[in-house]
Amino acid sequence: MLAAPIALIAEITHRCPLSCGYCSNPLELERASAELDTASWARVFGEAADLGVLHLHLTGGEPMSRRDLPSLVRSASETGLYTNLITSGVTLDDAALAGLIDAGIDHIQLSFQDSLAGSADMIAGYRGGHARKLAAAARITAAGLPLTANFVVHRRNLDRIGEILALGEDLAASRIEIAHVQYHGWALRNRAALMPTLAQLEAATNAVQAARERLKGRTVIDYVIPDYYGTRPKACMGGWGQRIINVSPSGLAMPCHAATSLPDLTFPSVREVSLAQIWAGSEAFRRFRAPAFAPESCRGCDRLEIDWGGCRCQAHALTGDAARADPVCVLSPDHHLVVEALHAPGRDEVIARSMTGHG
Amino acid sequence: MDPAAVPRLKPGVRFRFDRARDAWVLLAPERLFMPDEIAVEVLKLVDGTRSAALIVDELALAFKAPREVIEADVMAMLEDLCGKGALSA
Repeated sequence: MLAAPIALIAEITHRCPLSCGYCSNPLELERASAELDTASWARVFGEAADLGVLHLHLTGGEPMSRRDLPSLVRSASETGLYTNLITSGVTLDDAALAGLIDAGIDHIQLSFQDSLAGSADMIAGYRGGHARKLAAAARITAAGLPLTANFVVHRRNLDRIGEILALGEDLAASRIEIAHVQYHGWALRNRAALMPTLAQLEAATNAVQAARERLKGRTVIDYVIPDYYGTRPKACMGGWGQRIINVSPSGLAMPCHAATSLPDLTFPSVREVSLAQIWAGSEAFRRFRAPAFAPESCRGCDRLEIDWGGCRCQAHALTGDAARADPVCVLSPDHHLVVEALHAPGRDEVIARSMTGHG
Repeated sequence: MDPAAVPRLKPGVRFRFDRARDAWVLLAPERLFMPDEIAVEVLKLVDGTRSAALIVDELALAFKAPREVIEADVMAMLEDLCGKGALSA
């Protein structure tokens, strides 16, 4: 029997005041005029809760760009969903936080671009942003809300991993997420400029291990290594169509937020079809869903039920065929593509995200 | 864990019944725990006022089991949930 989804990722807008070069949103962003309205999101949250979704992640773009955010949080909270706001925090002032708390927000995740203000602001393309984030973090913890400090790391900031972990600790975050850039969407354009060196990666992994020991019981540290340095792929979103529903700003439901990069897949709209029907019956969710689907070279592999052949979007981005094994896997016939990317010469220039999507 | 310590759910952690799965769930930031039957009984008594020792007393009474048998299990479970960041004591 098909298990119920665990999480709904609601990308309530693609609008964002930042312009990070590692943005994993698609090259073509959806316009504000196409966004689902307040009542439609409230209906979707209700359908999600009925279907068995437990966690709601409100994200974007910058979800705080939507003025109706408190009302969205309230409607989700009333259905029993655990509400997590994923924000840059640059507009999270006292009034905004009070509104969110009153609406029933459970947790806030703030993104940080670096431990150094100058570098962080340059990476985000937002002057003064880092200082605003620090202030937002202090507000969140002062209000007694749990905070996740999310640090996106790559070649430009990874040498400061020690300072980055210390900042997470200073912020009194209950959870620190050290997330290496994954090369989807806009980020793929900047792969040569952002990919860390092996020495950087190893030093960072060791620093994270040491911090985990030191902070055990106080702070949870989640660490996501860059896929390219792995030898086995990750289970794409816990398996395609197994755990997560992602809804885009305009209401397209997909198994993962990068899935619009896949050709010849049509995504159902929550404007027209219920989440329950989308989950169980839509072609988009069934196409790569195990056990009916497995990449050809993965059949018979004893790790198939661990990673399901990895990430469909990565397979497509690197091989041109979404049905192939994720080339990150050393057993993939296309693994040389990953090795070549790791050995490619680094590039100095990072192309900043542009909101028009045309770079 | 000190028997006198009072375990409580950490801020941002919720323990609730999920109708869709017909099961109790423990929800934390980016974490989902599916507690087994015994853990559910323990968590129902974690209310921020009962000490670990009192939780053991009540479970021993409710399940008509020798206290020392239950104590080791409950303490290990509470410590495990503290280590995972779901409880503080």
